[in-house]
Amino acid sequence: MNDPVDVLIIGAGASGAAVAWSLAETKMHILCLDQGGWMNPAEYPSTGRDWEARFYGDYSPSPNIRARPEDYPINDDNSPIKVVNFNGVGGSTIMYTAHFPRLHPSDFRVRTLDGVADDWPINYDMLAPFFAENDRMMGVSGLSGDPAFPPTEPPMPPLPLGRSGVLHAKAMNKLGWHWWPSDTTVATVDYEGRARCINLGHCTPGCAQGAKASTDITYWPAALRAGIELRTHCRVREIKTNEHGMASGVVYYDKDGVEQFQPAEVVIIACNGIGTPRLLLNSASNRFPDGLANSSGLVGKNLMFHPYGQVYGYVEEPTDSNRAPPTCLWSKEFYETDLSRGFVRGYAIQFGRGVGPVFEAVMSEAKGILPWGADHHRVFRKLNGHRLAASAICEDLPEEHNRVTLDPVLKDSHGIPAPRVDYTIGENSRKMLEHGIARGKEILLAAGATDICVNCPIPYGGWHLLGTARMGTDPARSVVNEWGRSHDVKNLFIVDGSVFVTAGGVNPTSTIQAIALYIADQMKSRLANLFD
Amino acid sequence: MTAENALTPAQRNDLRVVSAMMIPESAEYGVPGADDGAIQADILATLGRDSKRVAEALDHLARLAGAPLAQLDQARRDAVAKEFRSSGGAAAATLIRVVLQCYYRDDRVLRSLGLELRPPFPKGHALEQGDWSLLEPVKARPPMWRKAP
Repeated sequence: MNDPVDVLIIGAGASGAAVAWSLAETKMHILCLDQGGWMNPAEYPSTGRDWEARFYGDYSPSPNIRARPEDYPINDDNSPIKVVNFNGVGGSTIMYTAHFPRLHPSDFRVRTLDGVADDWPINYDMLAPFFAENDRMMGVSGLSGDPAFPPTEPPMPPLPLGRSGVLHAKAMNKLGWHWWPSDTTVATVDYEGRARCINLGHCTPGCAQGAKASTDITYWPAALRAGIELRTHCRVREIKTNEHGMASGVVYYDKDGVEQFQPAEVVIIACNGIGTPRLLLNSASNRFPDGLANSSGLVGKNLMFHPYGQVYGYVEEPTDSNRAPPTCLWSKEFYETDLSRGFVRGYAIQFGRGVGPVFEAVMSEAKGILPWGADHHRVFRKLNGHRLAASAICEDLPEEHNRVTLDPVLKDSHGIPAPRVDYTIGENSRKMLEHGIARGKEILLAAGATDICVNCPIPYGGWHLLGTARMGTDPARSVVNEWGRSHDVKNLFIVDGSVFVTAGGVNPTSTIQAIALYIADQMKSRLANLFD
Repeated sequence: MTAENALTPAQRNDLRVVSAMMIPESAEYGVPGADDGAIQADILATLGRDSKRVAEALDHLARLAGAPLAQLDQARRDAVAKEFRSSGGAAAATLIRVVLQCYYRDDRVLRSLGLELRPPFPKGHALEQGDWSLLEPVKARPPMWRKAP
């Protein structure tokens, strides 16, 4: 048996890295287990001539397609939105667009403001110092003064507008709609040992330059220097409990596939909105027959994605294409509730700069706008390097029938039951998508675009995995309390997107990490009576 | 099994013909067709995890054609291609994608498009700042975020 540790963190991604770094100052013996390994930026797709092709293979965002040894399969056949993620040190921050908005203050009070879902037990002001700390640790570039958001102070200047940003901006000004340069975790100047962005453009599947913040190059180096132990290629099967109903440790498979037991005084789960309920449900026992921490019955329920409605078209002017980070601006014009639109809550718009030639060819052929035969060449030259895109990222409301369960048949490479996702797009989200698509078309028309195409929802767009172990003060209606501790198991914490009560209408990584830092801070301030 | 012998000779012949149907040679643009020997060799050498689906797609194509594609007249070949695209599902999409991803990384094709013959790293690209004065009307807006209790 392994020596006991004070704190065991499961998952080395966005939230696991943040909570590990924050807890390091306690000088406790802290161990993190991750099913994947360290990434080698020299092997990222942008280093090779096959950089686009690998997005369809070993750097696909879908774990089912990517199928690396560290991935686990997900049965998402019964969902119009497929789960996408990345497994390894850094988690999905290895493979995200680095778009880094925060949830709005109103997102934490949806019941009070709009009469739907539930209020969060925490609010924006409580998280504000942790947002700022996370911005500093991840290294955020952006511009202060956005009228659509409370004041922020990004530590680096924003990404250039570029050709595509200017085209989008002119269109938005013509319509009189809000836009602003996005906060991103792409370094625009040399920052804390990271080199500045040189516009490799293919940011999503890993940044070979190291300009895009992923936690393997931000939090983890600092956490390791501070004494945290990180054990890679260790896949946790289940959390064990003792006769007092407390977590006693975890069973995992080490890098050689050997089953191990790791005892721990405190267990923190940071496995995302799919992996966390999967682990809790796989931890069922005689004491907890419905899964660990599941007396509410809500583990795995209320899964929220952000359904994306994407509109794209082609302008006469050349765009930035693949020669810059993919997103550049956001708009919050339709973010806050306006009941005249026919739905509650709202959405942000992300503006895309364009894509590379292979993506353009593959997507346009599939849409039927790039013909086979002699005219192929003429049409391709009209499309390639001329694409603009606007995507509505819609707030999904929590609905219990949208859920993660254990698949009765599918298993991972260690024989551990895999997750199954059952999800439908709710009526409110559908109306929101329709509204977003209509506005997206207006934007592209104002930019002078033609050949307008729609992807709704983006099928492989399930990046944001939220709500499946929600926080709250009522143990009957939530899985963890207002500072991330399980209601049922007093030494078990959850710090990832599972704890979201509602989804907001923006990319969640910034908020996930701020919550992880907040929970770590709460733990540090309660060390003397953490289990009371 | 190597990638090259993942496909039978008959499948490779059909792959070459259907590739040319997708992207024929063009003297006007100075580019080869997707049936070019180097591009076909790239496809075969890098099929990898796509081998099974591409083979499925070519089997489906062969069933629709009833004979080697090269032996069909133009009208019949076009009809088969149309049916293949509408009924081929994920396998057909994979075949089309592997042809496109190898074609649009060929040096001659990229040169014709005015693109550089290199991966993005380490040189990167230049990104112009753009006209930041466009932001002035937005900056002038009053706060529009919703206060929460």
